[in-house]
Amino acid sequence: MQASAEPTTDPAADHATSWPDQIFAILQRFDVRQVPYVPDAGHSLLIERVLGSSTMRGIALTTEEEGVALLLGAWAGGQRGVLLMQSSGVGNCINMLSLTRIFRFPFLTLVTMRGEWGEFNPWQVPMGSTTQAVFELAGVSVLRASHPEEVSDVMEAAAGQVYNACTPTAVLLSQRLIGTKVFVK
Amino acid sequence: MSKANLLDRRRVVSALLSDRKGTLVVGGLGASTYDIAASGDHDRNFYLWGAMGGAVMIGLGLALAQPTLPVVVITGDGEMLMGMGSLATVALQKPANLSIVVLDNECYGETGGQASHTAAAADLVGVAKACGIPDSRSISTLAEVEAFAQSLPNVAAGPRFANVKIDGANLERVLSSRDGIFILNRLRGSLGFGPI
Repeated sequence: MQASAEPTTDPAADHATSWPDQIFAILQRFDVRQVPYVPDAGHSLLIERVLGSSTMRGIALTTEEEGVALLLGAWAGGQRGVLLMQSSGVGNCINMLSLTRIFRFPFLTLVTMRGEWGEFNPWQVPMGSTTQAVFELAGVSVLRASHPEEVSDVMEAAAGQVYNACTPTAVLLSQRLIGTKVFVK
Repeated sequence: MSKANLLDRRRVVSALLSDRKGTLVVGGLGASTYDIAASGDHDRNFYLWGAMGGAVMIGLGLALAQPTLPVVVITGDGEMLMGMGSLATVALQKPANLSIVVLDNECYGETGGQASHTAAAADLVGVAKACGIPDSRSISTLAEVEAFAQSLPNVAAGPRFANVKIDGANLERVLSSRDGIFILNRLRGSLGFGPI
């Protein structure tokens, strides 16, 4: 009890653990209600927050493209949503991203990046290295956060342009921000 | 290709929507959208002309956002086969107001009538049940369609799934609007939501 009440001595560590909470707070302020996701380690804390929320509904998907269609249905019914996925899932979404052009609805996705910044697993590289280009070809605006201190500003800008202007937007959360996955210690 | 005793798809959809009241209807691309248009255009019809495999998920998002209104997804076997995982996603969320109807002609009618997987072995009712939608049924008569239609307004007893074996004949296309923004904002307007 005493130990947990002590203030954190390392401000950088505090920042590093709090950026998912900052994202959660911004999504709450924008009244986001439906949160479809395919799990990723980089999203685990945010998913936990969503599943514990009384106003948001976390919706586990079998494949990422389901989430694009779900967000369209949610908006048709008057609710905002956000899709959480990993970079490898972006390729699964390509045809379904047509919906963002056809319907001009508020589409926001938060993508945790793999295949960059010291990646161990070569299988992550083909999709991770083309994620931004794929989104841009599909007409989705791309913003990126690589450091904990910029996450809040980037999220604020993304949510603003999505929910105020219906500009389809992907926020790429860099592997540098999340930390490179360690396979062998 | 027509077989004896199989249901006419337009009669099936008319029976499903004849007493629709506030029901929201999502139509899968191709003939399902034409069938819904043929039964009468409506502010609460959400027609798809693409995004194959997405119809059930659009219905799920809509159903979760509007839990007091019946939401019915009407789509084809090919479209459903492409989005089969969405049945597992629906079963997890248990939207009590969502109904899914597959018009199963066992072929890809829009592209030349090539056989679909349901013509041989794939059993979509079995898939829906195994995914966790207990109220999943196979329908082959108009009386069964009418009984199913009567259950749709009950927004406390879903999700439900029905696979309706229909005649494979290609009927004259009845074209709905292809303008997504118009269709979306018309539906939202009917629910009281304005443009941004």
